[in-house]
Amino acid sequence: MKSTLIALVEDKPGVLNRVASLFRRRAFNIESLTVGHTEHSGISRMTIVVDSDRTDVQKVAQNLYKLVNVIRVEDVTEQPVVMRDLALIRVRANGSTRSEVMQIVDTFRARVVDVGLETLMVEVTGAEEKIDGLVDVLRPFGVMEMVRTGRVAMVRGTMNQ
Amino acid sequence: MRRTGAQIVWEMLEREGVEVVFGFPGGAIMHTYHPRQEYGIRHILVRHEQCAAHAADGYARASGRVGVAMVTSGPGATNLVTGIATAMMDSSPIVCITGQVPTAVIGSDAFQETDITGVTLPITKHNYLVTDVNDLAYVIHEAFYIARSGRPGPVLIDLPKDVQQAETDFVPPEEEVRLPGYRPVGPGGPEVVRQAADLINDAQRPVILAGHGVLMSGAMETLKTFVKKTETPVALTLLGKGGFPESHPLALGMMGMHGEAFVNQAIQEADLLLAFGMRFDDRVTGKLERYAPQARKVHVDLDAAELNKSVSVDVAILGDLRQVLEQLLPLVEPASHREWLEQIERWRGESQTRDIVNQSDNGHVVAPQVIHALWEATGGEAIVVTDVGQNQMWAAQYYHLDQPHPFITSGGLGTMGFGLPAAIGAQVARPDKEVWAVVGDGGFQMTVHELGTVIQEQLPQRIALFNNNCLGMVRQWQEFFYDRRYESTHLLNPDFVRLVEAYGIRGWRVTEPGDTQQAIAEARSHPGPAFIEFQIVQKGQDGNVYPMVPAGAALHEMIRRPTPAAEAREKQGG
Repeated sequence: MKSTLIALVEDKPGVLNRVASLFRRRAFNIESLTVGHTEHSGISRMTIVVDSDRTDVQKVAQNLYKLVNVIRVEDVTEQPVVMRDLALIRVRANGSTRSEVMQIVDTFRARVVDVGLETLMVEVTGAEEKIDGLVDVLRPFGVMEMVRTGRVAMVRGTMNQ
Repeated sequence: MRRTGAQIVWEMLEREGVEVVFGFPGGAIMHTYHPRQEYGIRHILVRHEQCAAHAADGYARASGRVGVAMVTSGPGATNLVTGIATAMMDSSPIVCITGQVPTAVIGSDAFQETDITGVTLPITKHNYLVTDVNDLAYVIHEAFYIARSGRPGPVLIDLPKDVQQAETDFVPPEEEVRLPGYRPVGPGGPEVVRQAADLINDAQRPVILAGHGVLMSGAMETLKTFVKKTETPVALTLLGKGGFPESHPLALGMMGMHGEAFVNQAIQEADLLLAFGMRFDDRVTGKLERYAPQARKVHVDLDAAELNKSVSVDVAILGDLRQVLEQLLPLVEPASHREWLEQIERWRGESQTRDIVNQSDNGHVVAPQVIHALWEATGGEAIVVTDVGQNQMWAAQYYHLDQPHPFITSGGLGTMGFGLPAAIGAQVARPDKEVWAVVGDGGFQMTVHELGTVIQEQLPQRIALFNNNCLGMVRQWQEFFYDRRYESTHLLNPDFVRLVEAYGIRGWRVTEPGDTQQAIAEARSHPGPAFIEFQIVQKGQDGNVYPMVPAGAALHEMIRRPTPAAEAREKQGG
């Protein structure tokens, strides 16, 4: 099973390195880790996806707290959350397949963001399963390049502080 | 007030109450060394940077304050690594200040450049690379706070040369630190404390496992009160020695791989283990799957990551041990465990018949008897600092502590070479105390050059060396578990007495057991540093550390000291 942790950390040099080093040292298995700015300057937010069959999520949280620059860690796995992953996909699409690809893109509520002679670049946002689904359908046309951001997550409803 | 970065370092060390720095200068830290004499801080020049960290560690443990090491960049900094890792494993508060190449050339593989914050990331509690002189004062203040608060540990500050040289208006930092995420002490919580009290009140066969946390939280007196009220016997970890008087009627002694057999037996038969400020190290649990199978477990620690790490417990309490014990005391009922204590006494009696201290002179100098003699001569009041290996275990087994001061030893990392430099640190911290370094011939030679520091600083250091011409603990494993193939454990040693005398240290050599007391008495009354070499045998019941839990065995499955009858049988069988 995949578990999702949200960690708020001080935006200081080397913090990502400290987190990554911790995961390696304690032999934690991490599926994905994203990091970016938050509504507060000086605070970054990490979304960490852990394979909880192989790694004890509680231990990940406890060890994260040992890092001086980690402010707060929350396991949101059991909470109602909006989870999103973003992908950019370069797919082969020539004159004969282009319209078919574009129909598929439409069906997945994805967008074409760049058009080349033989290719289309598709941007898709959603839960990981949706993106996996789109990639599966596009693969027969030829997926030439893909980048995914990894999961970001936010709890639904009013924030309880 | 214009100050250079170098001056700010000393200014801040003074403000943090630092009286002594252990160090070794070099190119990238010279600028900081330069103004040292303008400040009231002593510098002790070690012979190798590793020993600056060990000495700072020994100083911290003996004084309860933060120890400080200062070295140059590159090899100076990398030489600290073993000392930092040692301090990390044993939660010892030290601050290491390393020189670094100028910020302009960081990353260019400049002369003596090493990414020491990268190297020490996993072995420090926290570290800093200071790139702006205006941050320096606050960083030093924060570093000391982090080192000593919560679960203490080593903190490293990397200081580029241009930051040491830069001038700024020095403004002392505010007292309060700005660490939004740092929670040095957990909340405890009445609910879990209540649950623990229920288990304690139900227990018939309880045992307290007292660790380093007892000393670190200053819980010695509270623990005594708790023990008296609940009549619970106390087993100690290696670093827990000193937290509870070993002469107390409810003191059992050391647990674990080389703990006393009856102590391990009691743990294995207990129905409740109260783990107070210890971390269930593999050296104290034996095989985890068979550890204390009947016992419910309560664990109190101030590091959340230690709770349920290797042993899952019934009640985990996150908090400062002394505070938690104070919360527990009114909730626990006065109890009597006569039957259980009598059972333990029967096991203890059986153990004592095998105790080598009670066995008669067979012509060999026997290390446990030497430690016993040292303990008697010093009235148990010396600060004992050990190296690692057999010497460490003998000292732990036979130097009983009644004083609430630590047994200074590398417990977690098991760092050979720790003994002498850590003893130097302890002696500097406590000039009023008799400090004995107990070392073996293997570890002693890893840091033997610190004899130079002893002489240069005129320290009244006492050193007891056990010389068996081999790496004794490894040899013991080879004898027990590796087909008696003594691979790479024999040592061709120098004449140690002549060696120490070359440094100007008075030395004695003991080869006959009858001479032990006399040599100890002479060494103790000698005004300067003193060294005694005890020549001991390698093998058999006089040379090995007993008892012993073999790796992978359950805690009670110990190899016991062969009794004379058993030895005679073995001899007949060839």
